[in-house]
Amino acid sequence: MNIVVLVKQVPDSGLARRLDEQLRVDRNGANNVMGELDEYAVEAALQLKEAHGGEVTVVTVGPDQASDTVRKTLAMGADKAVHVVDDAIAGSDALATSKILAAALGRLEYDLIVAGAESTDSGMGVMPHLLAARLGVPAATGVRKIELDGDGIKVEHQRDNGYDVLTASLPAIVSVWDTINTPRYSSLKGIMAAKRKPVETLSLSDLGIDPSEVGAGAAATEVRSATDRPERTAGQIVADEGEGGRALAEFLAVEKFI
Amino acid sequence: MADILVYVPNSGKSAAETLTLGRSLGQVSAVAFDDSAASLAAEYGAAKVYRVTAEGADDYFVDPKASVLIDLAGRVGPDAFLLPGTDEGRALVARLAVALDSGFLTDVSGLDAEGTATQDIFAGATVTTSKITKGINLATVKPGAVNAEPAPAEPETEAVDAAVAETDKRVKIAERVDEPAGDRPGLAEADVVVSGGRGVGSAEDFALIERVADALGGAVGASRAATDAGYYPHKFQVGQTGTTVSPQLYVAAGISGAIQHRAGMQTSRVIVAVNKDVDAPIFGMSDFGVVGDLFQVLPQALEEIEKRK
Repeated sequence: MNIVVLVKQVPDSGLARRLDEQLRVDRNGANNVMGELDEYAVEAALQLKEAHGGEVTVVTVGPDQASDTVRKTLAMGADKAVHVVDDAIAGSDALATSKILAAALGRLEYDLIVAGAESTDSGMGVMPHLLAARLGVPAATGVRKIELDGDGIKVEHQRDNGYDVLTASLPAIVSVWDTINTPRYSSLKGIMAAKRKPVETLSLSDLGIDPSEVGAGAAATEVRSATDRPERTAGQIVADEGEGGRALAEFLAVEKFI
Repeated sequence: MADILVYVPNSGKSAAETLTLGRSLGQVSAVAFDDSAASLAAEYGAAKVYRVTAEGADDYFVDPKASVLIDLAGRVGPDAFLLPGTDEGRALVARLAVALDSGFLTDVSGLDAEGTATQDIFAGATVTTSKITKGINLATVKPGAVNAEPAPAEPETEAVDAAVAETDKRVKIAERVDEPAGDRPGLAEADVVVSGGRGVGSAEDFALIERVADALGGAVGASRAATDAGYYPHKFQVGQTGTTVSPQLYVAAGISGAIQHRAGMQTSRVIVAVNKDVDAPIFGMSDFGVVGDLFQVLPQALEEIEKRK
């Protein structure tokens, strides 16, 4: 079973994040890490490979420094990677990014594409369905369990008060929540082995995409302004000396929640 | 903007909110796949309802509805197409964007008649305004961002018969399983969310969090520390990798307020915290906080809430 995992390098959500002067996500001043949910996607792919054989290929689109994220996935156990990097990609919106990813995926043979349910920077959660539309493959998204089922897959799509069992033919694209597994740490051996694993670096021209089709110039949306939300400040904090619960209820009553 | 198309799922507060936002922009035509969606559209002021009958569409994930919406959007040519910012809405908006070759925005908290949208990014730390520069104003609306206001209308209804294409039958909903969350509202849509953290201490004691949630008509959430410790199911996690919530009231009990957690709840309107540790970062962002033992404070609060009801 050949599995492709989509990963994205993002600014660490545990630190302050900002937009740069061009109102794009600032990736230079930030500590960049693999998207938090992408780790679960890599783990899901590795578990499927371990159970059923095959190969795990990681695909990413991002600047040079995204090679750190690629190396991390290889250290976790992915077999090889494709890194699309081109200066003309900067400023691409989700539509253009999906065009690039679809072209990169078109060069690969895969049974299953796995992604995180959303990135932790833009948090749109739309890439699997953009790709499903472009590639014409079925998409089963937001899942917490993946198993093979005959010639297809069976997944649990998580929703608020339960889940739906979905079955799909292959090839297919799935996206996972962090409920699906516990991602492994890279071992020292894995980190050493990662250095010898193949990473194919592709430019837009390798993918047959004209630079004018992507990047800021081709974006179908435009950020006009960005304002930092004022930090929340502490209101009334009381120490419980036997009346804390009643004080809490009183506050809720004044605010008309009861 | 004049003609606004709104996708209305059969339930949910976010559909009412999306209709309300649509109404502020122009004349709303709603797309409804069943009667309850159609009546919701009427209650929230739709001028027209496309009442779709697509035999078997409910047995499949996303694709049949996406095809219907793409067809309708092509036929109607709206100025804006709004969808609730649910998982389904996000899936549908992506399908529409590719099919219509239109720019799109997700989780908008506002949209004005000139097409300027506001969004909260970086977990609410930054507010942006954006415009779609190509195609129609295609967007999902962030749950909880708009105050749903009923405006009963008697919409004109147009019946739409749609056959489900074979290619839309590739992802089958084999089974729907409801888990015991009682009648609690969905986490992302709830007006009130009561969350427990590591300080709750055990799975059994989460019953106290559930009682408070039920007394306030809210949903139950949990911090990552609590879900990782197995106190509460993972999918109720509020935070960066879990659900992002923006309720009117957020109650954090036994939650220190790590950035992972704050990222999922800091746009809540009112935040209340109970924690033993006076230095817990959650107090720095709370409108009201009680420094104390949640097992003393919450039962007393519950008693008082019941008394006042």
